Amino acid sequence: MNAPVKIETTLKDWETDQEVRWCPGCGDYAILKAVQRTLPQLGADPANTVFISGIGCSSRFPYYVESYGFHTIHGRAPAFATGAKLANPDLDIWLVTGDGDGLSIGGNHLMHVLRRNVNMQIMLFNNEIYGLTKGQASPTSREGTKSPSTPIGSYDHPARPAAFALGAGARFVGRGFDVSKHLPDVLKAAHAHQGAAFIEIFQNCIVYNKDVFNDFAAPKGAEDQQLWLENGKPMLFAKDGKGIALDRDKLELKVVDVVDGDWEAAGVIVHDVTNRSIAHMLVEMPFGPFPMALGVLYDDPRPTFEAAAMAEKAAASQGKEANLAKLLGKGQTWTVDGTAQDPV
Amino acid sequence: MATAATAPQDGLPATPESVVVRFAGDSGDGMQLTGGQFTLSTALAGNDLATFPDFPAEIRAPQGTLFGVSAFQINFGSREINTAGDAPDVLVAMNPAALKTNIAALKPGGLVIADTGAFTKRNLDKAHYEANPLEDDSLAKYDLLAFDISEKTIEAVKPYGLGNKDALRSKNMWTLGLALWMFDRPREPIHDWLKAKFKSKPEIADANIAALDAGHAYGETAELAGPLKQVHIDPVPSAPGLYRTVTGAEAVSLGLVAGAQLASLPMFFGGYPITPASAILHHLARLKEFDVTTFQAEDEIAAICAAIGASYAGSLGITSSSGPGIALKGEAMGLAIMTELPLVIVNSQRGGPSTGLPTKTEQSDLYQAVYGRNGDAPMPVIAASSPGDAFEVAIEACRIAVQYMTPVMLLTDGYIANAAEPWKVPDPATFEPFPAEFLTEKNAVDDQGAETFLPYKRDEKGARPWVKPGTPGLMHRIGGIEKHELSGNIDYSPDNHQRMTDLRKGKIDGIAVPDQEVCLGNTSGKLAVVGWGSTFGPIHRAVDNARRQGRDVSHIHVRHIWPLPKNLGDLLRGFEHVLVPEMNTGQFKTVLRDQFLVDATPLTKTSGQPFQIAEMEEAIGKYFDGVEGNEGGEVPVNDDQLPHLESGHDDGSLKNQSSPQSQELGS
Repeated sequence: MNAPVKIETTLKDWETDQEVRWCPGCGDYAILKAVQRTLPQLGADPANTVFISGIGCSSRFPYYVESYGFHTIHGRAPAFATGAKLANPDLDIWLVTGDGDGLSIGGNHLMHVLRRNVNMQIMLFNNEIYGLTKGQASPTSREGTKSPSTPIGSYDHPARPAAFALGAGARFVGRGFDVSKHLPDVLKAAHAHQGAAFIEIFQNCIVYNKDVFNDFAAPKGAEDQQLWLENGKPMLFAKDGKGIALDRDKLELKVVDVVDGDWEAAGVIVHDVTNRSIAHMLVEMPFGPFPMALGVLYDDPRPTFEAAAMAEKAAASQGKEANLAKLLGKGQTWTVDGTAQDPV
Repeated sequence: MATAATAPQDGLPATPESVVVRFAGDSGDGMQLTGGQFTLSTALAGNDLATFPDFPAEIRAPQGTLFGVSAFQINFGSREINTAGDAPDVLVAMNPAALKTNIAALKPGGLVIADTGAFTKRNLDKAHYEANPLEDDSLAKYDLLAFDISEKTIEAVKPYGLGNKDALRSKNMWTLGLALWMFDRPREPIHDWLKAKFKSKPEIADANIAALDAGHAYGETAELAGPLKQVHIDPVPSAPGLYRTVTGAEAVSLGLVAGAQLASLPMFFGGYPITPASAILHHLARLKEFDVTTFQAEDEIAAICAAIGASYAGSLGITSSSGPGIALKGEAMGLAIMTELPLVIVNSQRGGPSTGLPTKTEQSDLYQAVYGRNGDAPMPVIAASSPGDAFEVAIEACRIAVQYMTPVMLLTDGYIANAAEPWKVPDPATFEPFPAEFLTEKNAVDDQGAETFLPYKRDEKGARPWVKPGTPGLMHRIGGIEKHELSGNIDYSPDNHQRMTDLRKGKIDGIAVPDQEVCLGNTSGKLAVVGWGSTFGPIHRAVDNARRQGRDVSHIHVRHIWPLPKNLGDLLRGFEHVLVPEMNTGQFKTVLRDQFLVDATPLTKTSGQPFQIAEMEEAIGKYFDGVEGNEGGEVPVNDDQLPHLESGHDDGSLKNQSSPQSQELGS
């Protein structure tokens, strides 16, 4: 793989001439802007950037980014992206999916792209509802969600995207929400990660599931419920008045009060993005008793799938000649009016 | 000791036109190897031939059991050979289980050669024989040559100091020696082959050669005593050149590699394990030096989607499967049609519907191939007629995919995938290259006179440009939503969808397909037998036989299923009758009727077994027997018929090898 050349662009360079067709006020607009703001900061090259999506509201995303884009079929975007990456590992691939696309119809592919560790950024817009098909409960909808398909309230247990990703073997798990000013930082960290980087982005569907994330993602007043994680920094929230500590007897996390800024005395954990055990606790941390863990929850790269594939191909090809004539005449051959030849 | 059987009926003539021999034994007896080497010596003797390896589906079959029998059938002759033969003239049975599972197929009066040394109480029990069939009169309607091959082998290799167990491993070579004598074949090529194979163990080579020679010498002795006699089959004149044997799965793989090379493209192959298609993945996984990337996906859908993703990024995407997997890939094929990206889909058909008969052959995915997608989704379909033909057809599939920017479906079947035939090794220098072209510059001028890029602007063939991501200045978006006929931007407008539907259809309809030729017989007359795919062999031979009887019948074999050759309708209308034999309930017949309004009559067979020549002859005969209205119909099930694959596992898996022959021969 060649080292990417940094290209100077502005936000405008990443806008297409296509009219954006999400509902007015949809959280997707904010995510689009955050991405278009982040790409110039990364020095990304529009010619080398590919947005690949499945089906759903979120999956319209590629049409609005001035780069290469492939709007594929429902749930299968990870498979298309894997093929594209294996064919050209130099491509910088962003995958766009939603809770229905990525965790319901495409759950299998999402699992495998994560465990294989194909180098790409995977943005899962979680709005806990099917938007484009007009409001049915999705795999992340909370129990009791009333929708056209669950008029009395849903009774299946919701999937948790970040826990799913970590369980599937993801080496990067990040979280943000549509209107957060920190979202570009999470995207940048995901981009810097070599491997499959999974980002759950809470997104407000203002038509079918309005403000379900307001407890922690409201534009104002919910900051105390946000735990923004930073590598090497203590896990503090609520204006540093509270922190996350480890209950060593129960081996689980707990919320502690921090008095006079003395977080060490309160036993607050220092975030280590490479600690997989803590990452498992963070993705399982129930919102309510705990704040919402946001930022980079886990980041511990290991060799990528495409690098392994390329290395194997190079090693297997070493010293071998791609000679078609020889290949066709391989095995045991004979010549008419001649004699048998030894196997090649 | 030879035991002459009673009342031989019609044994082999001294110079038969063709002979069918089946070698059958335990999986451990090396029957595929024996068959492979006999094939080689037969090819060297200048006969035409066709083989069918018939090996157990079980991964490790217990010794001596009925389901552990491995067989290899070869049909060879002094005239063109088109099938592995209806019924064997000679059956070599290395143990009771082999006799039991294969005897029903033998022609009445055929010759059984059996190893009495393996007909022990234990082996007879395992084969569910209550009495030794070699000793009662249950084989009365056949010639029987039963003697202790095991003992004779041990005797022959004694000077080489091998233990009994090792010595018995040469049993297959002893048997091969006998077969070589019987058909007047030279031993030297096998000597040379054994010396090369056991280069580092010369004593093993010598022991095997001794066994081979002993078997050969025994023939002469036995001829004096019993039913065995030497027969001679004249060579068939064939083009000089280098030959090898090839299975359909090998030939498809080689053809795809050649196709990608001719297109100057790296190959990306996405596959998922399924019988009988997995062999293609296995072959290609070993050819990485040809810029081949193989990807075993999480499921059939991911396999095709990854292949499409790779085509999008500039490789030649290929995926392969069998019926159930092809069904899963349907939606993604639609996307490849909509986004107009090249893709080759290989369907090794098996019995269906659902899991059906994983290891049995059928041609029942034709509707699925031609019609099986949502929307108006036209896609070229071509079919291979034999293992060797699969090579050319695979190249043709790649050519159409790249030149017309379209997915292409290549149909083979379980029979073609596993069967072997002699193949004249082609010279790659004679292939016509079709290098893919990638657009790197803007291709249009807008209203203001500025250069612009239109991703769906078509060339004279109706193909849109192929643009690799990574190309500066040509960023664009594609997807499965209907798009504007030039810009490719989302466009739902009614007249645009009408135009795009017409353009997609027109592109496929306009694919340059060679005019249909008649492969045997006249271009008009009383009866045309029209086939496609692996029915080529039995149809060809039956038509040839009928013509030798003076009957006015022609064989038309169709390779291009969709679009059909433009002249096919007129050609068929030149015949009084059109008979369409196929291993389904009449699918191609429907297509022909639909496309050309010809009165095509079906001849169908769905027993998981290929047509026999005799069945085909009977069907043809009905057109000439003076009885009106009895033509066509359905061929009844014949359980004794072979080649006869063993049933597979419920999950559709077969053993972990492409073909025993290729594995044993180390090709």
